[in-house]
Amino acid sequence: MNTKFTKILATSIAAAALTATLAGCGKGSASSSNEGSGEIALWTHNAGNPEELAAVQKIVDSYNGSQDKVKIKIQAFPQESYNDSIVSAAAAGKLPCIVDIDGPNVPNWAWAGYLKPLELSTDLSTHLPSTVAEYDGKPYAVGYYDVALAMMARPSDLKAAGVRTATVEQPWTEEEFQDALTKLKALGKWEYPLDMGTAGTGEWLPYAYSPFLQSFGGDLINRDGFQSADGVLNGDKAVSWANWFRGLADQGFMAKKGGKDSTQDFLNNQSAILYTGSWAADKAKAALGDDLVVMPTVDLGEGPKIGGASWQWGVTSGCQNSEAAMDYLSYSLKPENVAAVAKATGTIPASNEAAALIPAFAEGGANRIFMDFSREYAVMRPETPAYPFIATEYGNAVQDILNGADPKSTLDKAVKAIDANIKSNGGYKK
Amino acid sequence: MATTPLPTRRPAPAHVRPAPASSSNGNKRNGSNDAGNNRSAVRRRRPGFRREQLSGWGMMAPAALLLLAFIFIPAALGFGLAFTNARLISPRPVEFVGADNFVRLFTDPTFYRALLNVAYFAVIVVPVQSGLALLMALLINKKFRGVNFFRTVYFLPVVTSMVVVSLLWLFMYRKEGLINEVLSAISFGLINGPDWLADPNTAMPAIIILSIWQAAGFHMIIWLAGLQSISGELYEAAQLDGTSRWQQFRFVTWPGLFHTRSLVLVTITIQALGLFDQISVMTQGGPMDSTTTIIYEAVQSGYRQQETSYASAISLVFFVLVLIVSAVQRHLTREKD
Repeated sequence: MNTKFTKILATSIAAAALTATLAGCGKGSASSSNEGSGEIALWTHNAGNPEELAAVQKIVDSYNGSQDKVKIKIQAFPQESYNDSIVSAAAAGKLPCIVDIDGPNVPNWAWAGYLKPLELSTDLSTHLPSTVAEYDGKPYAVGYYDVALAMMARPSDLKAAGVRTATVEQPWTEEEFQDALTKLKALGKWEYPLDMGTAGTGEWLPYAYSPFLQSFGGDLINRDGFQSADGVLNGDKAVSWANWFRGLADQGFMAKKGGKDSTQDFLNNQSAILYTGSWAADKAKAALGDDLVVMPTVDLGEGPKIGGASWQWGVTSGCQNSEAAMDYLSYSLKPENVAAVAKATGTIPASNEAAALIPAFAEGGANRIFMDFSREYAVMRPETPAYPFIATEYGNAVQDILNGADPKSTLDKAVKAIDANIKSNGGYKK
Repeated sequence: MATTPLPTRRPAPAHVRPAPASSSNGNKRNGSNDAGNNRSAVRRRRPGFRREQLSGWGMMAPAALLLLAFIFIPAALGFGLAFTNARLISPRPVEFVGADNFVRLFTDPTFYRALLNVAYFAVIVVPVQSGLALLMALLINKKFRGVNFFRTVYFLPVVTSMVVVSLLWLFMYRKEGLINEVLSAISFGLINGPDWLADPNTAMPAIIILSIWQAAGFHMIIWLAGLQSISGELYEAAQLDGTSRWQQFRFVTWPGLFHTRSLVLVTITIQALGLFDQISVMTQGGPMDSTTTIIYEAVQSGYRQQETSYASAISLVFFVLVLIVSAVQRHLTREKD
């Protein structure tokens, strides 16, 4: 019994041990890399994504070949355990020089002292704004690509239901969207005409659904100072969003919990309208050919909104050879490198120069529309160290609201938790 | 769990214990003799006693050091951290905040919901799982052709990792999953099963069924060990007395399983209170907190929300709860002489 006892204990306080070590290291001294002579370690999350890993490996190989002072060495992790690995490494003072980071986490890591501001020779002003993560007015991470949320449908279905195709010039309004779903549902071809990816968990929830909230005029937090979510996440507009979102499920337009692979379900004709990211476009295009239309998301009042920022690269604060690390990042941001990664991953290249190298994203290309979405609609997830906390609270709230919880009290609960968290961290001020 | 020693002493059921032959006087004399022997043993130690002591400590040292480094020190740290504002990632210095974390915890409706869920889980799982395990143990505690086959089959889910089991059942519980298809087929389409894990009413029962299925085999083995330690002579004697099958179970098997029973009860209870794997893989505490548990909340706040101190507070409360429950169980199942 005692062994069992202590085992449970040990598991539940592993986190405690970690932090104790972190505290022992002292303020902000989160890393010191132990790379040998001229070797720079680079950690990435894409062990489970061979295309992206191969593209990054190619950049590293060409950089290693281009000079003989330093050698970049890649270590790839599965995405699920990547953040844990970083945090553990930071606690142990063993962070590598170069890391990749999910965009919305950058402020949190910058605040924690894991990252140092970038000093690159690349001109980032021509890059998509959502691919450069800033905190405190300084750039801390830069990405090769972004992704954009969109609505996909078959023109043949829209025509059969008598629904107008939404365009960038004229996106669907709330009423039009309601009307479109009613008509599509009336065709009787699908149990749920809309698939919003409601089976998703984790970061998908704030990434996919907070743009709707923002289109209604609400937000995750009051961005003026990032000190409170009160009145923003639980105001009238946020409640309208919650009622609207819940209504989609209540009216039988979408499942409270959809299938695991919403793209595949769409291709199998299980849904008429698919709300997903640009990453699904190539697959859908290959399967449906001309019978596919990519549309902007719905304008719920403040214009269509989509989440900005994907995986990005940063240099850790304890890096012994940060000049070389910065040099590598600058090298890797050359248009041909950016284009190679974007092409391999089916994502939106970060710069116009890179886009010109990929036919699908060049002026007039089939995927150019995603770049327009990104430029026109992207809203960054709040650039505050509180974001990881806000994200989990919002994610829980979305799931509860979908499952029938009272919108106002659910949002009030989230606001209370977020405000308490910010307060207990001294406002996340430096 | 696997290292818990099985009970080695087998108490004879009260009614077959031979009546004491000696008078109460004799008992008293024996008692005083024992005490005298003990006293002299303390005074005159055997030669080589110190050496034995030393090698005893020496052999214990590696395990003791590891326990100290990886269990006791982190545990003590965790208890300390519960009274601070420590965070997983933070440049801010750690400060002592008194009972703030506990105040927050005890005013958090999610915590009470988690307590309720765990209680619900334990109240169903403890009796059903131990009962089912005993039944399976009784079934396979016979000598017949193919008994090993059944033992293996019953034990198979235990060998499979809980995470793997949860993933498989995740698919089976879906709206168009195996379970609903079977329900529909055997009822000729009358029963249209729910989306088990997406409905607040069915999510916890679904997890309970899966948990019992996965873990019953383990306790079956413990019951089996208990059953096999009951001497065959007792059954022979009972048969000579002309007892029925039920009477044999009631008056020979059941009392003979006394120690096994306490062990199974305590291990299942602690296992049930620590419910986590299934929740983390299958429902993430949802829908609407209907499956969240104390450990899940601790991990959620400690890692995903980075609030180490709050997670430590939850762990501390959990520790005290388990302590109380175990103490009560120990008291209820103590040997009453």
